[in-house]
Amino acid sequence: MAQTTAAPRMTRKQRKAQKREESYYLASQWSLMARKLGKHKLARFSLVILGFLYFVALFGNFFAPSDLVSYDGASKDMPPTQVHWFTEDGEFIGPFVYGTSMTRDPETYKKVFTENKDEIYRIRFFTHGVSYKWLGLIDSDLHLFGVEEGGKLFLFGTDSMGRDLFSRIILGSQVSLTIPFAGTFLSFILGLLLGSVSGYFGGWVDNVIQRVIEVLNSLPSLPLWMALSAAIPAGIPPVQMYLLITVILSFIGWTGLARVVRGKFMSLKNEDYVMAARLAGVSDMKIIFKHLVPGFMSYLIVSLTLGIPGMIIGETSMSFLGLGIQSPATSWGVLLKDAQQIQNIANYPWRLIPLVFVVIAVLAFNFLGDGLRDAADPYK
Amino acid sequence: MAQSATVRSGAPRRRMNPMLSYILRRLVLFIPTVLIMSLLIFFIIQLPPGDYLTSYVAGLKAEGVMVDASVIARLEEQFGLDKPWYVQYLSWMWNIFTKFDFGYSFDLGKSVWPIIADKLPMTLFVSLIIMLFQYLVSIPLGIYSAVKQYSVGDYALTALGFLGMAVPNFLFAIILMYLTFIWTGTAWIGLFTKEMLQTGIHWNNLGEFLKRLLIPVLVIGTSGLCGTMRSMRAQMLDEQGRQYVLCARAKGVSERTIIWKYCLRAAINPTVSGLSGSLASIFSGSTISAIVMNLEIIGPTLYEALKAQDMYLAGTILLVMGVLIVVGTLLSDILLAWLDPRIRFSERSE
Repeated sequence: MAQTTAAPRMTRKQRKAQKREESYYLASQWSLMARKLGKHKLARFSLVILGFLYFVALFGNFFAPSDLVSYDGASKDMPPTQVHWFTEDGEFIGPFVYGTSMTRDPETYKKVFTENKDEIYRIRFFTHGVSYKWLGLIDSDLHLFGVEEGGKLFLFGTDSMGRDLFSRIILGSQVSLTIPFAGTFLSFILGLLLGSVSGYFGGWVDNVIQRVIEVLNSLPSLPLWMALSAAIPAGIPPVQMYLLITVILSFIGWTGLARVVRGKFMSLKNEDYVMAARLAGVSDMKIIFKHLVPGFMSYLIVSLTLGIPGMIIGETSMSFLGLGIQSPATSWGVLLKDAQQIQNIANYPWRLIPLVFVVIAVLAFNFLGDGLRDAADPYK
Repeated sequence: MAQSATVRSGAPRRRMNPMLSYILRRLVLFIPTVLIMSLLIFFIIQLPPGDYLTSYVAGLKAEGVMVDASVIARLEEQFGLDKPWYVQYLSWMWNIFTKFDFGYSFDLGKSVWPIIADKLPMTLFVSLIIMLFQYLVSIPLGIYSAVKQYSVGDYALTALGFLGMAVPNFLFAIILMYLTFIWTGTAWIGLFTKEMLQTGIHWNNLGEFLKRLLIPVLVIGTSGLCGTMRSMRAQMLDEQGRQYVLCARAKGVSERTIIWKYCLRAAINPTVSGLSGSLASIFSGSTISAIVMNLEIIGPTLYEALKAQDMYLAGTILLVMGVLIVVGTLLSDILLAWLDPRIRFSERSE
């Protein structure tokens, strides 16, 4: 009685607090997880970074001033172009670059690029440049930025063929950032299916699957990747190559997940609610995917997130050995191939820039996975 | 009645030492595992289209040398390359078991086993050093990081740990080699100097050898080190929150005893069971880093063999690595069962 009379007299603030409390107790597991994740600063920050990286990758052709095939024979091995804002007289005219001229050092015979202060080329935004087909659907030639006719703008320098490293990093991210996702997705399906079958049915099925997992785990992954990618015939189209690499990466990645799933099934399958479902005549598949899997989905997501960095590095290593994507298609690993020799790093240190992106992506996924793990744990 | 009789007769019978029966059971499982592994390896190795001969002949043709078809056919027959892959597999296995003959390396023109035996000691030596380094450094650092949670040292170690996991091995190798080049004037590439290859390793050049060992150990060990450190920290933190720790503290047990005698024993389990996994990742990591750093271990040989489709050499190297890892798993599981009585008993009751 007292409660009902008190309710209308509540202030707005109190009502809000009550609502908040109510939503907390009524919240689903997922929204609780999202809430906890939001409190994890590093994970939130990583999520923003990853969102940005994937956004740029999605609109790669728009953000990259150049495409994969165009090259400039006159500007091979050029260091990153410096962007200026003020002219020599200190006048602000917006971002621009100077023209460059190349000479050779008479002693070391190294290339020396000098800025030609007389030539000024402004950087324009939303310019029309190389045409491309966005996602293979929409024709366009719009780019975020470009330099006036005659100027050369290489934000991250060029490679030995005079190709713009900045554009190649962006376009390479389309491969490097999506292969792990596709690979993880495949491993997820494989791991979930085989792990649940193994854990739910037990017996000889379980034994066989466990032996296979053990064998796959007993083989060092990289040599196995090498052996498998040696099986890819040379000269197949990049899209097919891409799919095959994904398959190879996930071929080994599913075992860990299958073990986790199996362990969870072992502990859950004797619960009363499973027994009840079985007595009610629910089919095995329905019990597995409707009743059991949702119970530990959050753990699966966590272990998937933590599996992605390994795949990014795996793809990088494979491309580094020349077993991945082939030129002119590119990925971060392919770009890092140019950093294989010490002389290259000594002379052209900007070739290591792709490494920065690999590290950022891997770190972000690690932190996100860490945050997710904390968020998924209901006891914290 | 009958039931109680069996129970009574079963009870006084001396049971085998649980540890021993556990080891025996694992040993029995060892053989099928290795057999499945060898089959899988062989299947993968011969997946690439063509074989050593076809790629060899293609190479000769590219150089303008014509090879008679009958010669190719004769060679094919001689090496058994004309038979289906499972026949090749069975004869390979048969020769291994009966004659300890692992086949013939087409590319290097000699038996496979001497090639591997030549590289294996150095590979094992380097791997063991890396493992020692990895565990001797990561376990104390992980414990420190957990005991002093949220201290400056913990944050620094956490940052370093994540960074170490994020940088691919081979690039780390290149960067370190470049730094040694800048600092000392010579790049430390490979494990041996020219002089060492001629005279062998002795007291005079041991220092140089150890110095050259530094980069591979750092490079290959770092990623594993960071992983172990992280999991050690997480486990220690988990244990520190347990009731028994609270109880021990309440009873006045010293902090040192709590950490080293109680928490550590429970927390070290995942690290021990990860031993074999880290052996696998050392083999993986060392393969690519060895190619970059020009180390005289087995990784580059495997790479060349895979490229040349030298299937018996590649297959045997993979098989040897796999067997080593299975043995490592076995050892780490035995160690685990010995360390943790709970595992021994649960295995027995199954």
